[in-house]
Amino acid sequence: MTVIEARGLRKTFGATIALDGIDLRVEEGRILGLIGPNGAGKSTALNAMLGLTPYQGELKVLGRDPWSERDQLMRDVCFIADVAVLPRWLRVSQALDYLAGVHPRFDRAKAESLLTKTAIRRASKIRELSKGMVAQLHLAVVMAIDARLLVLDEPTLGLDILYRKQFYDSLLNDYFDRGRTIVVTTHQVEEIQHVLTDVMFIDRGRIVLNRSMEEFESRYLEVMVHPDRIAAARALKPIQERQVFGRSILLFDQVDRRLLDNLGDVRTASIADLFVAVMSNPAGQQGAGP
Amino acid sequence: MNTQADAVPGSGAEPQAVAPAAMAATRPLYWSVRRELWENRSIHIAPLAVAAVFMLGFLISTIHLAEKVRAALALDAAQQQAHLARPYSVLAILLILNAFAVAVFYCLDALHGERRDRSILFWKSLPVSDLVTVLSKAAIPLVVLPLLTFAIIVATQLVMRVLSVAVLYANGLSSEPLRTQVPLLQMSLVLLYGLTVQALWYAPVYGWLLLVSAWARRSTFLWAVLPLVGICVVEKIAFNTSHFASMLGQRLTGGFAEAFDGGKHTDGIPIVSLAQLTPAKFLSGPGLWIGLAAAVAMMLAAARLRRYREPT
Repeated sequence: MTVIEARGLRKTFGATIALDGIDLRVEEGRILGLIGPNGAGKSTALNAMLGLTPYQGELKVLGRDPWSERDQLMRDVCFIADVAVLPRWLRVSQALDYLAGVHPRFDRAKAESLLTKTAIRRASKIRELSKGMVAQLHLAVVMAIDARLLVLDEPTLGLDILYRKQFYDSLLNDYFDRGRTIVVTTHQVEEIQHVLTDVMFIDRGRIVLNRSMEEFESRYLEVMVHPDRIAAARALKPIQERQVFGRSILLFDQVDRRLLDNLGDVRTASIADLFVAVMSNPAGQQGAGP
Repeated sequence: MNTQADAVPGSGAEPQAVAPAAMAATRPLYWSVRRELWENRSIHIAPLAVAAVFMLGFLISTIHLAEKVRAALALDAAQQQAHLARPYSVLAILLILNAFAVAVFYCLDALHGERRDRSILFWKSLPVSDLVTVLSKAAIPLVVLPLLTFAIIVATQLVMRVLSVAVLYANGLSSEPLRTQVPLLQMSLVLLYGLTVQALWYAPVYGWLLLVSAWARRSTFLWAVLPLVGICVVEKIAFNTSHFASMLGQRLTGGFAEAFDGGKHTDGIPIVSLAQLTPAKFLSGPGLWIGLAAAVAMMLAAARLRRYREPT
């Protein structure tokens, strides 16, 4: 079943084109990472999916039009974003009361039990909690909602590594299953590579790469080349070459692994390295295009 | 081993039976109003503070209560009433003015504060429509504040009455003049009527303020006031007329003139008689209905604006 389907999704702010006719399709049970530089259009795309901003083109989320049916859509969609700030005056107990009062799929008992694993007290106001605790609270609330789509926009921005790791661990272990779908954007790409099932690069309002992680892992290989094989390696047309501690590391797209094994140490590329290669190299961008 | 085939026909109906149970009943409007009360504690603190300050003054004034009642006995009935009912009436007027002031500042911030503190995207991530949100905010000046003001006034007046009777009893005086000249039950009916009139007549004022708070990026108070002043000035300079200004004046002060018969009573004499209420005149005037239509239009516009709004 298709959770998100966009065709020709377009959004402009004055003369600036935030989304330049995006086509995408996200199936149920996937965890999609939306990766792009600042201002690439990631948040705009997510906001459009959540009915927070008007757009041109076709967009259906869980079969609904997000802009005109936001309130019904939000029964099945959850959203955590660095910009969707929890109000500072709200008490934790009030947040639970309110959620239980307005959200048909909120399981208060589950939220309470998730909170007992944290140091968050029911009587505290949000303003009294640390940034990490606020993120824990928001995650606990969202995990207690039986939603079908979870949208995360820089959910761990400003958190230390312990909270970040805990965030994705509990998401994967206690929340995610094949009936749910997650779309996530983050700048901490390395931390979510093992979490994703799909990855999408977005730049200047366009999708420049769209792969499942199986495809990604079999297709993009990185070789730390022996100094004497460098000419042979370059002949295989790497999409990127960089120097680390005096050794050359070359990134290849769809080159037979047996050929690469002769050149040096081969390993799967990281999303971050491929991202840099694609973004800094217009030729690579074309080669890696969707 | 394989019994799945047998289970299929029966299991078909099961998800449908389970699905409605999984959807808990919700009351978004009720909880959204409660949410407003959690956030805006001035809604109940301000009238309680006004009542407390008034009670302090009243407590001190009971020192002279016995003399006052003795002096009043010498006067005719109308003047007796003016003397004895005045503190009760002053309290009511103070709290009604307080309710209006709280309502104005509440409305100016209602749809602006959530953008200023950037919590709007959190609220919008919940299944509550923009219309329900705006209605819950409009319910504060239109329903919650009048009812709360009514309850606080009636409770305070009861305390005043009990205190007065006790003081008179201690001085060996009858409380009869108080009971006949300050009919609390009847006064509370007048009060309920007055608060209803206030809510209905000022509905377009609240609608305007909510609209401005949904629209303005900053300085909501200036945006609410300056355009109106501007229209008055332009009209005056261009046509040397002041229709718009008199319309605004009528909106701010005209409601009570239509709802109460002010003909016979002079300043300072409190309204205690039900005969002074003119609901037919109030309800049949076009001002009320034009105002209510404008209020509905502005609230719908505010809900629509909120849909487009992101944090400022």
